[in-house]
Amino acid sequence: MTRKVAYFLLALILVAGAWELYKVVGPPEGGEVLGWKLLPRANDVAMPHVWTMAERLADPESRTAERDNWQVVLEGAWYSFRLALAGFALGATVGIALASVMARFGVVRRGLLPYLIASQTVPLIALAPLVVSWSGRVEIAGWEWPKWLSVAVLGAFLAFFPVAVGTLRGLESASATSLELMRSFAATGGQTMRKLRFPAAVPFIIPALKLAAAASVVGVVVAEISTAQRGGVGRLVLEYARQATGDPAKVYGALLGAAGVGLAMAGLVTLIDRMVMRDRPHLDELAR
Amino acid sequence: MIGSDGDRAVDDRAVEAVAVEVEAAGRVFNAGTSRQVDALVDVDLVVGPGEFVSLIGPSGCGKSTLLRLVANLIEPTTGTVRVNGKSAAEARLAQDYGMAFQQAGLFEWRSVAKNVELPLELKGWDKAQRRQRAMEMLELVRLADFAEHRPWQLSGGMQQRVAIARALASHPSLLLMDEPFGALDEMTREHMQAELLRICGAARTSVVFVTHSIPEAVYLSDRVVVMSPRPGRITHVIDIGLGTERDTDTREDPAFYTKVTEVREALRGFQVDDVADAVREVVDG
Repeated sequence: MTRKVAYFLLALILVAGAWELYKVVGPPEGGEVLGWKLLPRANDVAMPHVWTMAERLADPESRTAERDNWQVVLEGAWYSFRLALAGFALGATVGIALASVMARFGVVRRGLLPYLIASQTVPLIALAPLVVSWSGRVEIAGWEWPKWLSVAVLGAFLAFFPVAVGTLRGLESASATSLELMRSFAATGGQTMRKLRFPAAVPFIIPALKLAAAASVVGVVVAEISTAQRGGVGRLVLEYARQATGDPAKVYGALLGAAGVGLAMAGLVTLIDRMVMRDRPHLDELAR
Repeated sequence: MIGSDGDRAVDDRAVEAVAVEVEAAGRVFNAGTSRQVDALVDVDLVVGPGEFVSLIGPSGCGKSTLLRLVANLIEPTTGTVRVNGKSAAEARLAQDYGMAFQQAGLFEWRSVAKNVELPLELKGWDKAQRRQRAMEMLELVRLADFAEHRPWQLSGGMQQRVAIARALASHPSLLLMDEPFGALDEMTREHMQAELLRICGAARTSVVFVTHSIPEAVYLSDRVVVMSPRPGRITHVIDIGLGTERDTDTREDPAFYTKVTEVREALRGFQVDDVADAVREVVDG
């Protein structure tokens, strides 16, 4: 554990070091390599110093704001984290449900799977305005569709896919012997699903959840940006990027917040992994 | 009390009808295509109550197919299969038999005891009863101390014993085994054979046992059924008659060798043909 933390900090220091090194050796106004404009500008507007970013986080958000920038970013990250969590939960539920139906009925599988794959080629930015427009239009028995739910749904839209594919693969991983065994025990289709296929799928679901966690964060941040949803870290990225000419270090604080959301989600899945796989060998151990 | 059911069933079995009755059974795979295989043709087999019958023969002789017909894992194309006086399907639904395969097939996410409980759980037994039965079964295979272990923490031989405990958990009168000791080393294998005889002798369970090994078949069986491939059929049925008390000395008994030789010669007859067939196929193809 301490080893992992040490590696994490080491990686962070290496990235910061590489950044500062480029600022020293790189051309301030950019440069060409063999006639191609490849080298980014190394001046303080395009690439602020790492310590300038840190200092900027500790300063008040704006001249009129009462709170420091890190407080605003943290609050935005917390908001986005909850949306990503909702999107992740929704996506995982839908993904597992779809995979269960597909594993049970071959017809559904053949009919549905191509559409699921096609769904992932639809750009999220194209989809976002449509889903956001549901708020204010969808109303079920007095309950109004809130705007934040649209953002979570967009996160779920990216998250469900790896879960559906991974779970389907897992549900079909039960060996022929164990399936014959269940038949010899006169097990029903439902029993075979609950007691054999689903537990056998768990080692496949866990890595799928890791992908889904990352995807839900991307989905939520992109949806926040493309719908200008207030409160989240995506909106902060959008806002601070506009101020980049006068206040170039500010946007990096928001990016740090977005990265933090991703880390928190990844940590959550690792926790789930530890709990569920406590008494089981992992796939790589089984393969040995 | 369910625990006493099994004991009564043992008493009933003495007067019961035969355990397995296969009549003129045949099985064709890929019927009507160029890959049609006559896996089994016109097979008759009767296994009496408490009898131990081994099926032996080269690969492709249909011994596993015959076992799967009895287990109702596949349906016969022709003929009938009856188990405990019922149709094979009724017997399967009533869990009249227990089954064990070459792979132990234990569920790695369940403890050893919970693996043994599985068939009882599927039958809807309550928790306390099935735990009690699982512990009895684990004591029978001498693994009671490992009840809470995970299957992957056990050796191959121990896993196979758990699989046998699971097959016996609902006190079936019939045990169907498909090369259950095939993946074990020779020492473990001989030990497991003795254990199996002890367990089945105590419960007077009928056994149909598929194997590749001649000494294994002779040591375990009351009768050895020799099968031949293309099409799969029974060629010889050999009565062993080594008595019910078998131990390590049995393996050194001249009578044991006589029977091993007899089975080997029954197998040899068509194995030569088999090679000739294969050669012809290669030459013609």
